Order: sequence, then structure tokens, then C-alpha cells
Amino acid sequence: MRWTLLAALSVLALVLSVVLGPAAVPLGELLHSDIVWNLRAPRALLAFLVGGSLGVAGASLQALVRNPLADPFLLGLSGGAGLGAVVAIALHLSGPWSLPIAAFIGALAALGLVYRLGLIGGASLDPRILLLGGVAIGAFAAAITTAIVSLADAAELRNAFLWLWGGLSGASWDSVLLVALYAPIPLAVLLAASRPLDLLALGEESASYLGADVERVKRRVYLAASLLTAAAVAVSGVIGFVGLVVPHIARLTWGHRHRSLLPAAFLGGGALLAFADTLARTVVAPRELPVGVVTALIGVPVFAMLLRRWTIA
Amino acid sequence: MTTELLRLHDVRYRYPGATEDALRGVSLSVAPRQFHAVLGPNGSGKTTLVRIALGGLTPLTGRADVIDRPASDWPRQDLARLVGVVPQREDNLFPQRVRETVLLGRYPHLSLWGRERAEDHDAVDHALAACDVAHLADRWLWTLSGGEYQRVRVARALAQEPKLLVLDEPGMSLDLKHEMGLFELVLGLVQAQGLGVLMITHDLNLAARFADSLLLLEGGRTVASGAPTEVLTQQTVETVFSWPVAMQTIDGRPQMIPLRQPKESGA
Repeated sequence: MRWTLLAALSVLALVLSVVLGPAAVPLGELLHSDIVWNLRAPRALLAFLVGGSLGVAGASLQALVRNPLADPFLLGLSGGAGLGAVVAIALHLSGPWSLPIAAFIGALAALGLVYRLGLIGGASLDPRILLLGGVAIGAFAAAITTAIVSLADAAELRNAFLWLWGGLSGASWDSVLLVALYAPIPLAVLLAASRPLDLLALGEESASYLGADVERVKRRVYLAASLLTAAAVAVSGVIGFVGLVVPHIARLTWGHRHRSLLPAAFLGGGALLAFADTLARTVVAPRELPVGVVTALIGVPVFAMLLRRWTIA
Repeated sequence: MTTELLRLHDVRYRYPGATEDALRGVSLSVAPRQFHAVLGPNGSGKTTLVRIALGGLTPLTGRADVIDRPASDWPRQDLARLVGVVPQREDNLFPQRVRETVLLGRYPHLSLWGRERAEDHDAVDHALAACDVAHLADRWLWTLSGGEYQRVRVARALAQEPKLLVLDEPGMSLDLKHEMGLFELVLGLVQAQGLGVLMITHDLNLAARFADSLLLLEGGRTVASGAPTEVLTQQTVETVFSWPVAMQTIDGRPQMIPLRQPKESGA
């Protein structure tokens, strides 16, 4: 029942984002329209893949850092990606892929630094330090980003600022294909770790007594979830709250077993972002809102409700 | 004796950066159907001993073998099929029901992508019944009393279908009825299922009542080991715990009664 509902919701979100848009395309011509085939369809699919990736990355990282309110972007990746993108904009790098590649490199750099910080206490990866290190690295990157933005001219500034709030307007079949080829690898790694992730909820010592190879699981999950987030941020900028709110709602409905939680978070995240992107494209048409604005406007109130629920329980 | 489940021989260990050894030449073995208790004051090395026995730490010298292989060489999943552990404390990040918690004990038996099979659910049912918590199966963990919660954690370890059960201070913060109930449960498992048990405990009297063999540690050294009557003598207990005691015998087992200390000797 709940799976049927979620599948129906996913299909609905995809259909809506293909049907709706600033340009009126009659329903009868939907399948023959260039706008639909070249713009809306790849954009809907990219939104779904990115949202799903953020949902799964968020759910896994929450189990890893033992904090049900963690967001994939808490770990510094957004700061690194933002810095990479702004550097690319400031250097006037051209070509359709320069921005995503620069953002991806920035995210990887942040990932590497945070990972190194997580190992600062010795051979064991400390999730608490990952979280603190992520916040610190993110703040540091944001400071440099702001310094660069403050020196940029007005047009560049607007581009950089909009990029930081996320958007899927760069979607193309190429980017869909790229994500569709890339994302399944970290997704499979995380799905394979779903039982050890269940065990980690008991703490590292208990998890190891129940058969989990704790160090290996922590490293794999951190790297896979971060690589997934890095790809998402590279193609679509920083889209907050999908990776926080979706796993949370999925936990309320599917419980805490990651074997069903992770697939549910993927479909839920995909549906939410496809839906949010449809809103972002249509509410102020012909202009467009950054989709991160929409997810934050939806996500923050939901988050506040969840926070209240969590602290009362 | 090749049938021993756990065998520690002359184990020495020092934590990195520490100036003194945490364990100095401790030996211990647990066979099937044996209830072995480890006793000692705080800081005597009990927890270090358990970590070494479970492969979490590697001895600097000496050996720590589970069955026929050094404990730290076992892949964790294989070890979890042989050794079930009830750690001193753990906190559950997410709310969970009793049956789900016990099912976690089946994880070492599951293949990477496979679902739980009928035999896994059978093992969970047996473990719930053996620990007398079957009627709680659908309750949330946080609604349980301390005694019920400990029995559920023993059930989770039993669901692993281990040959050796390790319990770290399982009676802490339990009242008389629940503490006795827990010890009776563990002894029943030793007798009915032939499990070997290694239990860390503060409680000399309960250890003497239920265990077949005791190991008394002080400052990382073995003070005495063997049957309860050999280990728990008045002189040994007074020396190790620095407090005057009287000893009595109940059911053929030594029982210790702490005495009031005369005022002039100071605190």
C-alpha cells in the first residue's frame, strides 16, 4: 500500500513536471513537442535522480553520524562545491561543463579535507568529528566564496548567487545520462551497507559484536554518500532540506530498517525535487526561482515540526 | 582440551600512551557448559579482558584464541555467529520494537542481499521464548522495565545462535528479583543449551552462587582462579577489596558479608 502510494506519487511528480511549464504545450502535442523532449523531460528526470540521491545520502549519513537531523550538506560539500563554482565563474571559464566540473572538484576537495579531519584521532573514523569538521570546512569555503563574490561585478555576482541556491535549468540528456551512469555505483554501495547501518544505530561496539565491520562500513558509507552528494551538487547546485526532510518522513512511514528506508528515501526525494522544480519553474513564470529556495521554503517548516516531534519524544 | 571456546594464555596488554600494563599475564579458558565469571574491583582490567577476548584489542604478548584462531583475526561476521555479546550499555538511536531488536541478532547469518528466511524468524521466536520475553515481542523498547530490557538483549545475543555468550555487568541497576531472574536465565541456558558463558560482574555473591569457575583480578593481575570455594576465601576478598568481610556458605557456595569497619582504623 505505502509502496504503491509512493510509486504513484513519483509518477505523478514526473508527469506534472513534463506537463506543466511556462510555455503552454497542448496535451495532444505533448509527445511531439521539442520543449517537452529537449527541456522538460531531461529536467524532470535529472530532478528525480538528484532528489533521490540526496534522499539516500541523507538517510545514510544520519545513521553514520548518529544524528537523525543531519543533512548531506552539513558535511562541508556545499561549501566546497560553491567555492569551486564561484571560482569558475570568476575566472570566466566557458563551456557547458566547466561549472559542474569546478563544483565537483570543490566538493571532492572538501570531502577529502573533512575525511582527513575525521581520522585526526587515529585510525578510527570519528563521526562526531566528521560533523564538526564538515561545518568548519563548509564555513571556511563559504568565507572564501563570499570574498570572491564581493570582488566580482554585478552580472557575475548574480550568476554565482543563483548557482549557490541550486537550479536544474542546465539539465540536458547528457547530464541525465551522466548522473544515471554515475549514481548507481554509490547507491549500490549504500544499499549493500543497509544491514550494518541498522546495527550502527546501536553504537559501534554493539554493531561490531553483531557482525559489522564497523571501520569499513563507516568509511564506505561516508565516501559513497559524499560522492553521491558531490555529483548532485555539481549538476544542480546546493539544494537543501531534501536530504534531511525526506529520510525523516520515510522513517516515520517505513521505520528504521535501511533495506526499505533507502529505496523509500530515493523515490521520496525524487518525487519531492521533481515537484519542487515544477513549482520553481511555474510560480513566477517566465522567470524562475532557484529550486533550493523552494525546497527550503517547504523544508524549513517541515523540519521545525519534525524537530518539535523529536524533542518531545 | 581442543574443545575450549575461548582461551586466553598469559595475556599482557597496555593501552597506547599508558604508563602501566592494563593486564599482566592473565590466563582464562571457557569450555561449553561452563559458566565462568570474572571479578575484581574497578580498574582491575575486567573490561580490557573482555575486549581482548572479543578481538577488539590484540594482546601485546600471549594469546587470545576463540576456538582455534586468534580472536582479532576472525572476520566480525564469522565471530558473531560463534560469540553473542550483551555489552554493558548501548543506546538505541531510533525507537525499536522488541522483535526488531532481537532480529538484529540474525544479521551475521544473513547473506548480503538475501532476506530473512523462515529459520531466522524461528531462531528469533526461540530466543524470545528462552528469555521469557515472547509476550513483549510487539512492545517498544522504551516501554520496558530494566529487567525486561536486559532479557531482550540476552535474547538478541541468543538469536545469533552462539556457542559462547559474553555478558558485561548484566545485573547493574537491576533489583533483586530481576537480577536473580537474569542469573537463573543464564545458568539455564548453560545447562539446557550447552552454552559457554563468560560474565563480568561486580557481584561476588551471585557469581559464587551461579558460576562454576571464577577469575579474580586486581591491578591487571590474576589474584586467584578456580572453583568459587577456592577463590573466595576471607583473606583473598579482604586483601583485594580492602575491606573486612565474613564468609558463610549457602548451597555449598561461599557468600561474603561486608563488616562494619571499626572507627579508629579510619576510612
